[in-house]
Parts: sequence; C-alpha cells; structure tokens
Amino acid sequence: MRTPLLLDIAADACPDRPALGGGEEGDDFASYRARASCVAAWLAAQGKANTAFLGMNGTALPVLLFACGMAGTPFIPLNYRLADDDLNKLVARSAPSTLIVDDDMLPRIAPTDGVTLIARSDFEAEFMAGAPPEKIDLPEAGNEIAVLLFTSGTTGDPKAAVLRHANLTSYVMSTVEFLGAGEEEAALISVPSYHIAGISAILTAAYGGRRIVYLPAFTAEDWVATCAAEAITHAMVVPTMLDRILDVMERTGETLPALRALSYGGGKMPEPVIARALAKLPHVAFVNAYGLTETSSTIALLGAEDHRAAFASDDPAVRRRIASVGQPLPSIELEIRREDGSPCAPGEQGEIHVRGEQVSGEYLHKKAIADDGWFATSDAGWLDEGGYLFVEGRLDDVIVRGGENISPGEIEDVLRSFDDIADCAVLGIPCVQWGEKVVAVIVSKSGQPDTVAMAAAIRAKLRSTKTPEQWFVRDALPYNETGKLLRRVLKAELAAEACAG
Amino acid sequence: MDLRPGSRWKSAVCDAQLVVVRPPSSAGELQCGGVAVVPIDDMKAPTGAIDPAFADGVVIGKRYVDEASGLEVLGAKAGAGSLAFNGVAMAIKGAKPLPASD
Repeated sequence: MRTPLLLDIAADACPDRPALGGGEEGDDFASYRARASCVAAWLAAQGKANTAFLGMNGTALPVLLFACGMAGTPFIPLNYRLADDDLNKLVARSAPSTLIVDDDMLPRIAPTDGVTLIARSDFEAEFMAGAPPEKIDLPEAGNEIAVLLFTSGTTGDPKAAVLRHANLTSYVMSTVEFLGAGEEEAALISVPSYHIAGISAILTAAYGGRRIVYLPAFTAEDWVATCAAEAITHAMVVPTMLDRILDVMERTGETLPALRALSYGGGKMPEPVIARALAKLPHVAFVNAYGLTETSSTIALLGAEDHRAAFASDDPAVRRRIASVGQPLPSIELEIRREDGSPCAPGEQGEIHVRGEQVSGEYLHKKAIADDGWFATSDAGWLDEGGYLFVEGRLDDVIVRGGENISPGEIEDVLRSFDDIADCAVLGIPCVQWGEKVVAVIVSKSGQPDTVAMAAAIRAKLRSTKTPEQWFVRDALPYNETGKLLRRVLKAELAAEACAG
Repeated sequence: MDLRPGSRWKSAVCDAQLVVVRPPSSAGELQCGGVAVVPIDDMKAPTGAIDPAFADGVVIGKRYVDEASGLEVLGAKAGAGSLAFNGVAMAIKGAKPLPASD
C-alpha cells in the first residue's frame, strides 16, 4: 500500500473538508490532492530519482510529501541546522535529485552534479498560490521507498533511514481511524520537517481527516498565539517546548480552551513540567509517545487515563508510571532482551526490541533488522509488572561502573526532586579504576548547589555506587533543536577535565 | 479479482467504496450487497439491487474482516449493502481507536 492512497480516499470521501493551513486561505482535501498531483507530474517530468527539501515548515511540505509518493521519488527532508559542509555532503548523497530550497538558504548550497535547485518561492508561486488546479491523474508509481531520513549521526556520518510506503501506511492505518477526526479539529505541527514526527503527522492527519496548520519554526510565543487564533485541538511538542509554552501561557493569561490533546515525545519529560502542564491545562488529554525514526514514529504510548491514574495513585508502582512511555501499540510486539538475547524479567533493564509492519529497521544499502523481523533499537529500557515501558535512554549512555550497569535517568530523577536543580545530566566518564565513573553536571538556580545533600539523597534512594563522584556546575546544558540532550558533547567536554584516575 | 493491499473497489449495487487492507490467503470474491464488487474506476452506476441478506450497510472508517481467509477491508465510503467474501458475511473488526500521538 502507498502513502498517496491515504490522501486519495480522504479527498474522495470529504473533498470540501478543510485540510491545510489556516482561515480563509486554506486548502480543502480536494485541492490538497489536486496540488499534490500537479507537483507529482512536474517531479516525474524532472526525471530525478529523488526529491529533497531544505526549508522551514509550511503547507508546501505535505503537498510535496504526497507528490513524491505519487511520482515514485523518495522524499528527503534535510536538516537546515547542520553546518554548511555537513549539509552539502547530504545534498550530494541525495543526487540525482530535485532539491527545493528556501530562498534564504540557497546561498548555502554548493553546486552539485545531478542536483537541480528550485527556489521555494518559485515552487510556491507555481504550485501553492492561487485557485486550486485540476487534478492530474498519474499512473501508480513503483518505488517502494517513501522517505529517506538522515539520522543525527552523533558518531560517524549520518545514516539514511529508509521508510517504505508499506511501513508508513501500516503505522497510519493501525493507529488512526479513517476520518475519525471531527471537521472542526486542527493539528499544529511545530517539529521540523526532517523529524519523523513531522512526516507521520502529515500522514495521520490526512487519513484521520484533520486539518493541519504549520509553525514555520518553533517559538513558544508563536505556538501559543497560533493555537489560540486557529482554535487548534491537537498538537505534538518535545519536552523543551512544553516548559516554554507554559511560561508564555502564564505571562499572557492565554488558556487555550480549544486544545483537546497534547502529545509529547522525543526525549524524557521532567516530571515537574508535566505536573505543571496537567494543572495548567486541565481540559487537555496528555499523551506521551515513544518511537524512533526506524519505527515510523510511535511504538508505545501513555494515554490520558494513564496520566490521571498515575498522578492520583498512592501505589508507588502506579505513581511512577507517569515517567513511563505507557504500553506498546497493539500492532507492535515489544521485548526487553539481555545482551545474550534472552528475555528480561519484569523490572530488569535490557535492550528494547520491536517487531511489526511499521518497523523499517533499514538504512540505505544496509538492513538492520533480524531475519525474523525483530529490530534492536539501541535504547535501554524495562517493563513493569503491568507491561508499562520505561525508557532509560540510549544503550550507549548507560554507565558501566565496575561491571554494574547504571542508568543516568534514575539518578537524574532524584536530582530533579531538588528545587535548586534547574537542569541536570548524569554521565559516565572513562576512569582507570572502574572503567567508568559517575559524574553529575547540574544547573543550579541559586548558584550554590548543596551537592552533599544531593549525594546523600541519591545514596539513600538508590545506592552508593550510583552516587556521583564528581560534580560540575554549568549555566546551561547543550540540547539539539528537538530537545535531545547532547550527552556525547557533554561527555567529550568533561572527559578531559574529569578523569585523573 | 486481485485483492491486493491498497486496491480500491466499489459496490455494484450501492454507494459503498472499499480499500483492501490485508489480502485473503486464498483467491475469492469480495461482494457487497450480495454482488461482486467492481474496480473503483468502473463507470457504471450502482444498480440498487441489494440482496436483503446482505443489507446491513458499510460504514465509513470501519474495518471488515473475513476470519477464515484473513481478508481485511476498509469502508472508504458508506453504502447500504454489506460485505461478504465468497458468500460468507464479513464481520466488523472491533478496535479501540488510539489517541493521536504525532
């Protein structure tokens, strides 16, 4: 099954339902499909194998994604935050391609064989402006690859994750009800185009029949203002966004009465932030989603009822589920395995493995999935007795001290319970005696953190081997733009100064 | 009748439109209102001659399954006829919708 089918059946069933953009200027489902079909005909005439995109969010993006599916050219959104050198390497890897680029980013692109540059303004003038065109009927395309997403590549060159039409349509059809959204519903997309959640949001919204509205780039002020102006009902944010959104709401007094559902993911949400969000937005259903690029987005989620049950419970086993990512989707198999491949018991940490039709587990020219379909995520985690999944971060981030596996997450949770902690990270630094030793990097509100009391709390709640042996105080921790803590950057910085032996 | 995933069909007797989500394990005929369905681009108007034994309707957004063959079909447009595979009525697949997560 191919992704354009999702738009096709929605456009046939409800052609005049609002689909794209805001207010009067938006497109309905019929014109959404018609625009995409014209772009597809143009792409097919260009004759390039791939279609790449470099630019800010906007309604050109979903049109281009579906057009690529119709034309049979994989869609390759590029990360505009990369340094020019790294960006141009990816541009070269997209060749032969048609590359649509925001006008102000054009000067960043070096001339590359096989890459045809198209200015976004020209593209939009031709395909996005004015009255909707007539739909062009194209023969069904053959390429099975829908999207290539370059993963962040913290070690070595970025890998091109392959998402096939079959992976993406399976994800959409097993998680969303066809036209299940009400006509008044609208989703605000603020994650960048090169993030899997930006891709999956386009597909789920089309199939669900929900209008999508874009923020060109995230600022908390714009997010709150757009939510209010467009009566946004659904949105997805990453943890760093939510805290800033709540600040703006506090400052402006905006209450976002239309908002019904807010999902979050892409990193660990500090419990104080979600507690604050639940208090400030009592009318909103919160969903915590966990997924990877290689799994076509969400594979586990913690729903609104789970959030409420966890916060209301006196049972510590239920209460702590607020920090979980909930239960695996019914359409996904999920196991926690030890290093030797045997299954972990409940409560025992290991590597998260998944299997299902939405799991691609594939990079360009390299299959990373086992013959029996299981994909090793490289994420560390564990399941509780009720089947709730706790993700402890990348397997590489687990600290191995004297043969003992230590998760930074649980130590960070203890630290965050101190009011003085604005932010923190716990890392393993190479060390002669233990292999790795535990160090903490903290951002203190007072500037005078009581690390003795913090160490005592960790010793009491966890155990002495998990107590940081060195403390570093910083003004801020390094994050990427989607809210992921750059542990490796921090680790590299500290390794030099931290370890004398 | 090539009931491959993603193929689109429509009822010969009512307004229902269908998408195959999972193919059947063995060849057979998808029927709506008691009559074989036709490809989506078939230009003939529906006849309206619905077999009363297959008149429970197709609901938009619902999934219909044939247990024996594994055939699964999505209702892409509603209609008055109901679905069958080789004469055996297909059942509505009960699935609780998940909350939006992206």
